Amino acid sequence: MITTTGLTKVYRSGRSRGPEITALDGVDLHVREGEVFGVVGRSGAGKSSLIRCVNLLERPTAGTVTVDGTDLTALAGRGRRAGKELRRARSSIGMVFQHFNLLSSRTVQDNVELPLEILGHSAQKRSARALELLDLVGLADKAKVYPAQLSGGQKQRVGIARALAGNPKVLLSDEATSALDPETTRSILGLLRDINQQLGLTILLITHEMEVVKTICDSAALMERGRITESGTVGELLATPGSRLARALFPVDGAVAGPGSTVIDVTFHGESATQPVISQLSRTYNIDISILGAAMDTVGGRQIGRMRIELPGAFEENVVPVGFLREQGLQVEVVETAETVAGVPPTADLPDATEPSAALTEEGAK
Amino acid sequence: MTWSEMQPLLSQGTLDTLYMVLWSALVTVVGGLPLGVLLVLTDKGGLLQNTPVNKVVGVIVNIGRSLPFIILLIALIPFTTFVVGTFIGPTAMIVPLAIGAIPFFARLVETAIREVDHGLVEAVQAMGGSIPTIVRKVLLPQALPSIVSGTTTTVIALIGYSAMAGAVGGEGLGSKAVTYGFQRFENGFMIATVVVLILIVTVIQLLGDLAVRLLTRRTRTA
Repeated sequence: MITTTGLTKVYRSGRSRGPEITALDGVDLHVREGEVFGVVGRSGAGKSSLIRCVNLLERPTAGTVTVDGTDLTALAGRGRRAGKELRRARSSIGMVFQHFNLLSSRTVQDNVELPLEILGHSAQKRSARALELLDLVGLADKAKVYPAQLSGGQKQRVGIARALAGNPKVLLSDEATSALDPETTRSILGLLRDINQQLGLTILLITHEMEVVKTICDSAALMERGRITESGTVGELLATPGSRLARALFPVDGAVAGPGSTVIDVTFHGESATQPVISQLSRTYNIDISILGAAMDTVGGRQIGRMRIELPGAFEENVVPVGFLREQGLQVEVVETAETVAGVPPTADLPDATEPSAALTEEGAK
Repeated sequence: MTWSEMQPLLSQGTLDTLYMVLWSALVTVVGGLPLGVLLVLTDKGGLLQNTPVNKVVGVIVNIGRSLPFIILLIALIPFTTFVVGTFIGPTAMIVPLAIGAIPFFARLVETAIREVDHGLVEAVQAMGGSIPTIVRKVLLPQALPSIVSGTTTTVIALIGYSAMAGAVGGEGLGSKAVTYGFQRFENGFMIATVVVLILIVTVIQLLGDLAVRLLTRRTRTA
């Protein structure tokens, strides 16, 4: 539904001869029809530039963007102004914003009608559609109110209703829940999920909150320094050994023991989640297993379990039991002990950017 | 001078002043608004970024603003005569008044529009809105309270200018004050014109503030 190939965006800071800053460095993204795709990354990773390049609010320096079979980069032409064709294509891509971007001079209903005014619908049609959408987002009683009188969550609902007005096939969400509290975030994510399922809308969202990906995304990508470093369906990511996104999505805690023992992380998903694997392991090999940490969670609508266990003896002595676990269809990762690694792997947070220069923000570049 | 002598002079002066000020204000808004919009759109990073146009318009506006009004008034005499047929009288004064106020108002409009959140522009661009749509449905409505407040300031500045116009063949309170109050040493009359001017300015400021309040009431949190 959305495909970008080799998408590159370079900003020049200051005057025309200033240093260049690459916000996007050859991004290939593929979002399938009907899925919710999340791009996560720290501020300055290029997420904002990426989503703005998808509807060409920002012109990519190189690369192409195709949405619903239309090559938007070809429509854009060379000038700064958006031509008629590009504007028409944009009207079938809805967008919601972190700060809602509602017009304070218009009522809620008039805000939702704005895209329809642009499309040239009659007043009667606009009004009917706006009320229908406000009903969908649960704000039917707020039609005549001004945005200033709404709470953040309500404003975002209006923003979503407005984004849906033109019957888009694709919805872009630019940190739509980042300005909201956790509870409101959940209700807005629930609304996005409903819209995705009921209307079959493809959603591309960018966020720095893992919780968002965990709650509604079918697929996710990790963005670092203008590049996509990991990408796939949530299931695929969790099944990828060493996936940092998977670890961030679903962290396990537990102190790593000293020498003389082997610590492994075991991930259960699908059928294996119901097997009594640990007691089988214990009985078969007659070893004592300590559970250091464990969690069950729903990620992308699937039950996932993760457990950090400790086996006595060095890794060389535990090759057979680890093989046993792998045979059971579990994903096993050996955690390096305290001797070899200084710190415990990052848990709930995103993987650290390796050097501070990665934090160069595109805002700073402007 | 008795009150019965002053009264007809004052009311005629007031009517002439209001006539000059209101018509020139109308011309100022009609001329200054597009100019202000143009200054924002053509600026660096603007929707219609066009440095040459922006520079030229900026320079013209600055020249207009830096000329003392009394000089502009005299310099424009040939142009006023060309447009109105004469350079004396209240109607003729509308021309220099408007030309003097347009650059001032254009800068106020420019400032007002710059204050509109760029996110709103981006939102309407994302909906497929064209530049005229953005100007009509976002920039002007969102900046309206500031533009109205700028209009009030401009009208009050025009009252000041119009008094000067009185000295160069216009009519109005200014000319009455010069003729009767200054040249005939009628201090009482001079004070009376000042009082009337203060009243006019106060009423206009109050009306302007009221309009701004009405416009912003709904946009503030209840």
